[in-house]
Amino acid sequence: MSLELKNVEKKIGLDTHIYSTNLKLEKNTINILLGSTLAGKTTLMQIMAGLDKPTSGEIWFNNENVTGMKVQKRNVSMVYQQFINYPNFTVFDNIASPLKITGVSSDETKQRVGKVAELLKLSGMLNKKPNELSGGQQQRTALARALVKDSDLILLDEPLANLDFKLREELREELPKLFENRDCIVVYATTEPSEALLLGGNTATLQEGKIIQYGKTLDTYNKPNSLISAQVFSDPPMNIAKIKKSGDQCSFLQNDIQWKTKLNIKDGEYKVGIRPHNITTYKEGNNTLEIKGKVLISEISGSESLIHFTNGNLNWVSLSNGVFQKNVGDEMNLYMNTDEFVYFDQNERLVSNG
Amino acid sequence: MNKTVNQKAWFFVIPVFVLVAFNAIIPLMTVVNYAFQETFGNNVFMWEGTRWFKQIMLSERFHASLGRQFLFTFIILFIQIPLGIAIALTMPKEGIGVPICLVLMSMPLLIPWNVVGAMWNIFALPDIGFLGHSLNALGFDYNFTQQIGDAWFTTILMDVWHWTSLVVLLSYAGLRSIQPAYYQAAEIDGASRWAIFTKIELPKMKKVLTIAILLRFMDSFMIYTEPFVLTGGGPGNATAFLSIDLVKMALGQFDLGPAAAMSLIYFFIVLLVCWVFYTLMMRNEEKS
Repeated sequence: MSLELKNVEKKIGLDTHIYSTNLKLEKNTINILLGSTLAGKTTLMQIMAGLDKPTSGEIWFNNENVTGMKVQKRNVSMVYQQFINYPNFTVFDNIASPLKITGVSSDETKQRVGKVAELLKLSGMLNKKPNELSGGQQQRTALARALVKDSDLILLDEPLANLDFKLREELREELPKLFENRDCIVVYATTEPSEALLLGGNTATLQEGKIIQYGKTLDTYNKPNSLISAQVFSDPPMNIAKIKKSGDQCSFLQNDIQWKTKLNIKDGEYKVGIRPHNITTYKEGNNTLEIKGKVLISEISGSESLIHFTNGNLNWVSLSNGVFQKNVGDEMNLYMNTDEFVYFDQNERLVSNG
Repeated sequence: MNKTVNQKAWFFVIPVFVLVAFNAIIPLMTVVNYAFQETFGNNVFMWEGTRWFKQIMLSERFHASLGRQFLFTFIILFIQIPLGIAIALTMPKEGIGVPICLVLMSMPLLIPWNVVGAMWNIFALPDIGFLGHSLNALGFDYNFTQQIGDAWFTTILMDVWHWTSLVVLLSYAGLRSIQPAYYQAAEIDGASRWAIFTKIELPKMKKVLTIAILLRFMDSFMIYTEPFVLTGGGPGNATAFLSIDLVKMALGQFDLGPAAAMSLIYFFIVLLVCWVFYTLMMRNEEKS
């Protein structure tokens, strides 16, 4: 089983929403579409599902051309950012609705709904109406509807975006389990890099209607093929600086900090990308580099602390474990882990890692 | 617990009391005053108790006009609500058609009621009116000033023309508030157009339709100006709805006592029907 997009392109009027895209998704995989709002995640999903036709290009499913085939014939299910359920149906009828249309017997329906409901912790609520449920439960019902019919393709369009923080964390942890041992392809759109890392599988980074990179989630994260891909997969944004390499010595153009590199590349100017969590208030790793910073903003996020600081022309963000606050204007020393530096050439293509 | 006491707050409430007193309570109490007394002018009043109420409740004339009123309201609701929803469903959802449709739909609502009556009177006149003349030319024996059926037909047609737009606009607003994802989900499920209408659109429009039905019920139940100008309640009393009959009694015959009693009964019927209807419609909503 596989889903393949061949030169798929989508234009509306003069606007190109999806640039020519080739993508092959394999059976039993979770595929994450990672990109900011308006990157084209939803459009791409709707094309995959058959809810929307590509302007040009073809969609192949199991070596069959399904371009333009109606969504009803495709055995697809979809979960949306909004909690979409039939308002007048009970939770049971909502979950059972895809089965009813395909004519599954009532005994089997009961059994299958019961199983899915248990998996999603909805067993006690089968007789309630959606508007009597909390947001999290409404989204669980929508997920159950998507899972109950053994689809070949399950599409999830930012399913956790409208939930509050706690419910999101809770459901996010359950999600990988839900898709285990399922004979299907899962596509999951999200704006959050952390969600992609948690779900694993494969990740495609998207920007402005283009797929920048597609591969195993960790590979995409560790070896971004370009600066754009690295930026999409980094939250808070990656810190960028111009550097000069000569021999085994590297140095920032903006200041005189130098370090040694084992990089086997030509001498010249490059760009280095440093993820915020590789700049910390404490030393981490064997090859650390000290940098002086003047605090611009200091904020706490969960159990981590973000410090925005300047050093000459550089305007960077650091992310350290622990909760602490720094005063604006304070001078402080921060430590960069040079092993985690990502190097890009002048065209912002990846050169190598550390 | 220590509450601060500040009687100055009354100054904020008093204006509302005064306003409500002048525009609602005092006129209403005047009517109540008339309903329980007999007057011969010169400010001479005699206590009559509930006599006028009994008289009205037992009068065949009241029963007849109340019957006509309910029949009329029922017919126009039966036509306007489904028709309004149907038109709203066919209206464009985007593009230049949207403002054009909305403006066209709003037009009848902007015309003063007596003008609507006058327009339709001229329009329907059997000799010179476009509608009346055309119908007669087509071989129908149409004359709304003389035939009861024709009078009702014209009054209902006029009301449908005047007020269906309101239902259309409310339904359209209700439809537009349904997120596109609902339609996609239904498409994925393979739901038919009819299923989409009954399982998604109607439930999602429930609140706005409740308002539409309430507004149309109240307005049509209190209709006066348009049929007064169009038919004057005739032929005979055929289109004398409650308010027309009431005005005849109060200002035509100057039976102030019975007319006042009738107004109060009329008022309570409207209030009761609205309350029952609204409670029934919203019962499920409040459970959640």
